[in-house]
Amino acid sequence: MRRPPSRIASSLGVLLLALARLAAGEGVAAAPPVDENGQLQDHALQSRFERITGELRCLVCQNESIADSNVELAGDLRRQVREMLVAGKSDDAIFQFMTDRYGEFVRFRPPLEPKTLLIWGAPFLMLLLGGFIVFRVVRQRSRMPLDDGPAIGP
Amino acid sequence: MWKFLLPFAAFVALVVLFAFGLNPNRDIHALPSPLIGKPAPAFTLTDVLDPARPVSNAAFLGQVYVLNVWGTWCYECRAEHDALLAISRSHEVPIIGLDYMDQREKAKQWLEQLGNPYQAVAFDTDGRTAIDWGVYGAPETFLVDGQGRVIYKFISPMTPEVWQREFLPRIAAARRGGA
Repeated sequence: MRRPPSRIASSLGVLLLALARLAAGEGVAAAPPVDENGQLQDHALQSRFERITGELRCLVCQNESIADSNVELAGDLRRQVREMLVAGKSDDAIFQFMTDRYGEFVRFRPPLEPKTLLIWGAPFLMLLLGGFIVFRVVRQRSRMPLDDGPAIGP
Repeated sequence: MWKFLLPFAAFVALVVLFAFGLNPNRDIHALPSPLIGKPAPAFTLTDVLDPARPVSNAAFLGQVYVLNVWGTWCYECRAEHDALLAISRSHEVPIIGLDYMDQREKAKQWLEQLGNPYQAVAFDTDGRTAIDWGVYGAPETFLVDGQGRVIYKFISPMTPEVWQREFLPRIAAARRGGA
């Protein structure tokens, strides 16, 4: 099975671990400033967080974004995005971090670059091709003699 | 002339497209790892069997090694375990385990009951090392060369056939190249 275990069990584990670390006198890794709903307190950051996680593909489920997915990896990646936002990283830096690790496939909207020109250009190519075909057909028909039906003479 | 050539060209283009797209040997869910050819992400975690013992992949720099990502929750990891044990007995390369999204106790039991094919098993408590390696499930198996570069990633349970076909030639090539 390639799907990781449920989130609840593992968050419990993380919680226990955090408690254990506290008990051992270790500092808990600085948690991003979030409110009781798990939203970043800074609204500007929160809206960037929502936009970025909506544009990153969850690789376990592949057709869901990490904003929508419940699998644990998506949770880990949301945490990563949140931490990077709080650390003052730019959107580009966050997308770069993800593509460095998971490849271009993590982005629902691939960036416009030579490699992706065909993806972005295909709709326009299709439109041009269609227009050309219509043009040819119309021109051909307009040259056809109007010999169908009885000629109506003056 | 064009009337015949154009449909024919379209037909050939479709044949090529289908030959590629409908090839039964092509796994449409397989994702190429962007890590191939790049330095292996460094990690220092604790050993799953001994929380006091650090495990770092830096210690393996200079030799070809395998990193196997697994977890006791992962059904297919159980399926590949015998293959890993056989590889470990061949002493071809060291295997480092990365225990992912797991619990220490369960992992210990697993290794005690099934045998331990790993030189060391790093315990990835919070999934950060897995993110660095672009892991999105288990089992995943990476091959790292003597210069510490990732040269191959295999996603699926390891089998003796896969080891023979995909890993051994790459290990041999890495040793020839890196010697």
